[in-house]
Amino acid sequence: MRLKPFEFLNPSSLEDVFELLVRYGNEAKCLAGGTDLLVQMKQRRILPKRLINLLPLSELKGIHKAEDSLRIGALTRHVDLERSAFLEKGWNLLALAATKIGSPQIRHLGTIGGNLCNASPSADTAPPLLVLHATVCLSSLKGNRQIPLEAFLTGPGQTGLREDEILKEVILPKPPEGSLFTYLKLGRRKSMDLALVSVAVLVTINPERKTFEQVRLALGSVAPTPIRARAAEKQLGGNLIGEEAIREAAETAAQECQPMTDLRATAEYRREMVKVLVERAVKQSLGFPIPPTGI
Amino acid sequence: MKKQIALTVNGVKRELLVNPQDLLLNVLREQLGLTGAKYGCGIGECGSCTVLLDGEPILSCMTLAVAVNGSEVTTIEGLLGSDGSLHPIQESFLEHGAVQCGFCTPGMILMAKNLLDKNPHPSEEEIREHIRGNLCRCTGYTQIVQAIKEVSLTRKA
Ligand SMILES: Cc1cc2nc3c(=O)[nH]c(=O)nc-3n(C[C@H](O)[C@H](O)[C@H](O)COP(=O)(O)OP(=O)(O)OC[C@H]3O[C@@H](n4cnc5c(N)ncnc54)[C@H](O)[C@@H]3O)c2cc1C
Ligand code: FES
Ligand code: FES
Repeated sequence: MRLKPFEFLNPSSLEDVFELLVRYGNEAKCLAGGTDLLVQMKQRRILPKRLINLLPLSELKGIHKAEDSLRIGALTRHVDLERSAFLEKGWNLLALAATKIGSPQIRHLGTIGGNLCNASPSADTAPPLLVLHATVCLSSLKGNRQIPLEAFLTGPGQTGLREDEILKEVILPKPPEGSLFTYLKLGRRKSMDLALVSVAVLVTINPERKTFEQVRLALGSVAPTPIRARAAEKQLGGNLIGEEAIREAAETAAQECQPMTDLRATAEYRREMVKVLVERAVKQSLGFPIPPTGI
Repeated sequence: MKKQIALTVNGVKRELLVNPQDLLLNVLREQLGLTGAKYGCGIGECGSCTVLLDGEPILSCMTLAVAVNGSEVTTIEGLLGSDGSLHPIQESFLEHGAVQCGFCTPGMILMAKNLLDKNPHPSEEEIREHIRGNLCRCTGYTQIVQAIKEVSLTRKA
């Protein structure tokens, strides 16, 4: 499969990128790792006349730690997330999810910005970022604006990105002290598959009272965008930790998602798996024994 | 319009004229005659087009040549010694019968090299994890994993 001809634009600064976006609008697409974009172009699903190469722009690279937040440049690759010493404690959830993406080769090419802008319901960085309360910084000639990731992801393949904007960075506030977390991804096979269902959980507990404090749950591949499971979260927050309560919350999560039937799985199966995986994920994050599963 | 790019391929500097839409895989195979990297699926699923870019494994079927201007590329051809001798990983693949049709082999060997360079004594699980994006339709993987393991065992700690 070859690519149809296009013009390749090599901007040398962010200003250049913004000007090109204003000049060419939807005729141009930004290129990061290309692992989504070039596949779509090969399959003739999109045929942009121009590609704007973001790769050389150092402003979009690197992970920076401030007093109580982390700023992750849009061009940060999945391997960079895996390797970064900054992604410790609750932030480590993002690194954990990155290890479950594609293959080492895909993780050396693919970026966090591409994963979010491509806006697949199965994007593996999204559920962890939702429970980490990520915001995205969007940038254009008009300046920067920050919006919560949850508002940025608007539908399958759709985001709040305006035609003249790029995603500059992802900003993570400090996760709560003592965060317990995990990410589970169910595919049709163990490697090289997109998620049929994925679950990110981040909780804090009060060990004396044996209660949940904060509970954050996010689900991938079971709605038009990755979503928070807020009803299930509410059911657990502040309440006593127990197997029954976790099971009931998992059922609530299965009810509040809106899965679809597609080539890879039926809606019913996905819903059933939300129940299984939410229960398992919450238990695993608390250190309860769970059967070995290979996912 | 063609663009001029510079690549260091297997240690040799090359100046090339490429179209924006040319994939690194096609440039390696068609302009440079390096046919080690294979075209399998073309969409990132099989790993047969794997090459090392600045020492790190990527898929040349989904990499634009213009986008890697200035980089160093290592293909399977670059693993031969200056006297034409095979690389120890290649020897080990032959010894273990880890090559049948050979289509996946260049990608598998480059992934093995990348793993062993970082982690000289990987566990079987680490080996399998590292080649999870490389499909083999012939061997059933067992011999490939054994071949990689053997190199790691015979290397000095
Ligand atoms: C074989 C294979 C396996 C995969 N497995 C997984 C998986 O397990 N999990 C998963 O989540 N994904 C997977 N993917 C999808 C893909 O690798 C990821 O979504 C990746 O993170 C995309 O990043 P990229 O840098 O390659 O994006 P690109 O392809 O370069 O870009 C994707 C889209 O985002 C736009 N874009 C990119 N960066 C910006 C920016 N900074 N500002 C504005 N727009 C931008 C582009 O214009 C394009 O529309 C897989 C892909 C392949 C081919
Ligand atoms: S040909 Fe590149 S991954 Fe299959
Ligand atoms: S030896 Fe034939 S594909 Fe691996």
